[in-house]
Amino acid sequence: MTIKGELIIQNVNKSFQRDGSSLHVLSHINAHVKPGQFVSIIGPSGCGKSTLLKIIAGLDAEYDGDVFLSGAPVTRPGKEKGFIFQEHRLFPWLTAEQNIAADLSLKNPAVRMQVDSMIELVKLKGFERAYPRELSGGMSQRVAIARALLRQPDVLLLDEPFGALDAFTRNHLQEALLEIWARNKTTMVLVTHDIDEAVFLSDRVFVMGAGPGTIKHEIAIDLPHPRSRTGPAFQQLRASVMNALHQSETTAQDWEI
Amino acid sequence: MNKATRPATRKKRRNGLRRTLTGLIVPLALLIAWQIASGAGLISAQLFPAPSSILKDFYDLLASGEYIGHLKISVYRALLGFAIGGSAGLLIGLAVGLSRRTEEALDPTLQMLRTVPLLAITPLFILWFGFGELSKVLLIAVGAFFPLYVNTFLGVRSVDLKLFDVARILEFSRAKQIRRLVLPAALPNVLLGLRLSLGMAWLCLVVAELMGADRGIGYLIQDARSFMQTGVVFVGVFTFAIVGKLADSFVRLLESKLLKWQDNYRG
Ligand SMILES: Nc1ncnc2c1ncn2[C@@H]1O[C@H](COP(=O)(O)OP(=O)(O)O)[C@@H](O)[C@H]1O
Ligand SMILES: [Mg+2]
Repeated sequence: MTIKGELIIQNVNKSFQRDGSSLHVLSHINAHVKPGQFVSIIGPSGCGKSTLLKIIAGLDAEYDGDVFLSGAPVTRPGKEKGFIFQEHRLFPWLTAEQNIAADLSLKNPAVRMQVDSMIELVKLKGFERAYPRELSGGMSQRVAIARALLRQPDVLLLDEPFGALDAFTRNHLQEALLEIWARNKTTMVLVTHDIDEAVFLSDRVFVMGAGPGTIKHEIAIDLPHPRSRTGPAFQQLRASVMNALHQSETTAQDWEI
Repeated sequence: MNKATRPATRKKRRNGLRRTLTGLIVPLALLIAWQIASGAGLISAQLFPAPSSILKDFYDLLASGEYIGHLKISVYRALLGFAIGGSAGLLIGLAVGLSRRTEEALDPTLQMLRTVPLLAITPLFILWFGFGELSKVLLIAVGAFFPLYVNTFLGVRSVDLKLFDVARILEFSRAKQIRRLVLPAALPNVLLGLRLSLGMAWLCLVVAELMGADRGIGYLIQDARSFMQTGVVFVGVFTFAIVGKLADSFVRLLESKLLKWQDNYRG
């Protein structure tokens, strides 16, 4: 029995070989993400968050352990695993709408309709014909999200997608992402270094520690949407994520010494 | 968006006109000074005929139909040589850029050949292919080959690796990867190669026609020199300058149309 959007990570271990020596980056990662769940991964820089996300995406196939998406083992990258990078990674020679369509032809009426509805969803009306250089960071990231969502992925993987944006744009995009998620119920895995972001968006927060990277804590965020960033319940959960992160960081530093 | 860009386009056009006019100031000033100096008898009429007298020579050549005939055959040679050499450079540059194996097999040889000065192989070409059209067109083709080869190769290799990850996630086929990612990303370099290649073709044309020809602008110059018709020599030289500039402007126009997505410093 498998369900579309279910993500299972079983005993994933990963080492990089560098200059003849081996760097153990991920150790015994286990997680079970239910379809439609929104999980965040937070942890100190260099603890292996991006590496884990690339493994889930199928971009990195050299690891031990198993990753299953919608019941099938992940063997290579594909449309069912949408990926949003920290930089927008749009094709600079294509306009916003051409980027969303990517390899599909806008002359095809079905594609045209899908692209138009995506533009509506990510609120980019009026900028369809703009080139990436004419778009702000936030707009570019929305084009990237639309490009991924058009392919109706089983899971959307986001690697610090709003990390390079100013606070105002970031909040705005977080709300936009929630809206999209409420509509599509795509499984979401978000890597972030922003505690507020993790608590504001997720159902569950995984706190990772470094050396080698492991999931140290898991914190459930049982708050209804829309969430108020200033409410006491939010602040309390924020504090517990902060504590967990602090603990994992101190142990990581101990390990380095 | 469209409404916003329209005044910008108009402004750009006005800037273009202004730039053309600015570019004309120096040549025009030189011509006027030259004309005045000639009129005052300050420079030799034999070595530096006045612009007005050059214009007269030009008019005579034009009226007799001689000029157009020479220009036609020159442009034909340059274009044919450029088409052969340039397309070979583009295709081989692509092939070498796309595959390490091909690079290892071909690039060392090509790089070695590239360092041989064209003037050094001209006598060989004449020995092999005679003074006819073939040796001229092939010489031009060789000249036009390398700039496009080197720059296309460079362009393909400069494609952002991060975008390949995107292409894999979007499940581009190999063909789509080339058509939708590699080619557009390499285009700025390819167009630069195109410009240099056209310039080389034009240069090699001069070499080829001065070495021996019975038609063409180069022949016109050589012939006029032996009869001390300095004015006609100038007509030929100006023709090379103007047609060369026109070809260059054409590629620049192509660049501004095809690369409008780029945000580079434009001065
Ligand atoms: N391609 C690679 N080759 C060697 N080491 C790598 C490579 N990618 C990442 N690493 C190392 O793996 C560790 C985890 O990296 P990463 O997953 O990017 O961390 P995070 O995203 O949590 O900041 C770091 O120590 C980094 O130096
Ligand atoms: Mg990272």
